[in-house]
Amino acid sequence: MSEEFMGYERPKGKVGIRNKIAILSSVSCVNHVTEEIAKKVENAVALTHPLGCGQFGPDFLNVQRTLAGLGKNPNIYGTIIVGLGCENLKSEDLAKNIGRAKKPVEFFNVQDFKGGGIALIEKGIKVGRKMASEANELKKESFDFSHLILGLECGGSDSISGITANPAVGIVSDKVVELGGISILPEFTEWIGTEHLLIDRAIGQKAKRDIKSPLKKLIENTMKVGIDFRGVQPTPGNIEGGLTTIEEKSLGTIAKAGKAPIIGVLKYSQQPKRKGLWLMVEPGNDIESMTGLAAAGAQAIIMTTGRGSPTGNPVAPVIKTCGNPHSCDWLSCHIDVDASTIITEEKSIEDIAEIMWKELVEVLNGKKTKAEELGFQDLAIWRYLAFPFPMN
Amino acid sequence: MKKRFIVMNSEDNCATSLEVILKDEEIKIKEDKIIKISHNIPFGHKFALTDINTGELIKKYGQIIGIVTEDIKKGDWIHTHNIKSHYLERVANE
Repeated sequence: MSEEFMGYERPKGKVGIRNKIAILSSVSCVNHVTEEIAKKVENAVALTHPLGCGQFGPDFLNVQRTLAGLGKNPNIYGTIIVGLGCENLKSEDLAKNIGRAKKPVEFFNVQDFKGGGIALIEKGIKVGRKMASEANELKKESFDFSHLILGLECGGSDSISGITANPAVGIVSDKVVELGGISILPEFTEWIGTEHLLIDRAIGQKAKRDIKSPLKKLIENTMKVGIDFRGVQPTPGNIEGGLTTIEEKSLGTIAKAGKAPIIGVLKYSQQPKRKGLWLMVEPGNDIESMTGLAAAGAQAIIMTTGRGSPTGNPVAPVIKTCGNPHSCDWLSCHIDVDASTIITEEKSIEDIAEIMWKELVEVLNGKKTKAEELGFQDLAIWRYLAFPFPMN
Repeated sequence: MKKRFIVMNSEDNCATSLEVILKDEEIKIKEDKIIKISHNIPFGHKFALTDINTGELIKKYGQIIGIVTEDIKKGDWIHTHNIKSHYLERVANE
């Protein structure tokens, strides 16, 4: 197995595997300006979203942390923030926050610009092109895996994911951790039924408490609005597919996290400070979950998808792997690693893990994933519910 | 050759089918272990590798996935009719 990859050196010891310019909306009112700038700047991605104003408390801080995290991600060379001017998520504050990563960052507000959005598009393109030409001067260098943060996602799962692609991802994740890197397992709603196993693997009392607490809160708070989270899993479709109990379903999910000890539990979009395997309190929605992983600093994400999913992330390349022979055939344009040969040929989970590792190294080195080639760049931010009860 | 089933961990007492396996088929688990299947097993469903009594635990991935509610014989289909989650009881007892 290859043990180094080529990347771009960033300040503060970080390494990017892509060299993008982020054009980031601080608020949804200016999304069109952001998109127009990104269209005309080489290697630029438009980071647009429907949020940034009318938010408060933990919900506001969560969105702020996520947007700043996307700008700080080492795959981004520099960021141009586009604001409106009156929003409560100020572009200036966002620029200060992203500035802590010591990378180029600029901010502009439409309301502070004579000529409004049209003038700002022109200015943004000019500044963006300058940033892109600076970025182009960087040469790739070789780095070890202690510089990597890998996200472990699954979506569009079927009963096959948990016995094919997921355990293979677990072997890859263990390898990253063994080599001194970081893996992050999100989607806490799919830990239910396996808490005792995760707690056993957690190092220290704090990590153990941090695994238990969000699940307890989830179950208690959803019960207040009449939902028993524990009773809705596995779903009728899961049962028809052969999953009998919640433990069995969740074991399939957490197989992606291999066998490594668990260092701790991150908040949504929180950046890990120490090396090793982390859990992250993130929802089951793939797009929100992968946005949180990228905001936490993940340079790459492996996503297992039994039924097949086309999605990608604008900041972190998403390598998709699938164990279902039908999906691998019909949706081959979206699948990077075919894990269905565990079923159709005499391949073992270890064989697939080896193929997956090679693909990971190639993607780190610059090979485009299927989602990158096709242009899938989905972004959504998980919201802490501002009003966690029915309104009428 | 197409694989017909998978055992996730050497400690497991069940296997998962990778295609429909019909009643009375004989499945070779190892060189010296052949199991006669007693029900039709749908794709992705589980069958027993040994006899497992009521109250005993079912293991997949080397981990407990449920508790037996009705005696299971080697080759039996394992699903909601003869095992149940062990989770809610465990949480309730905490």
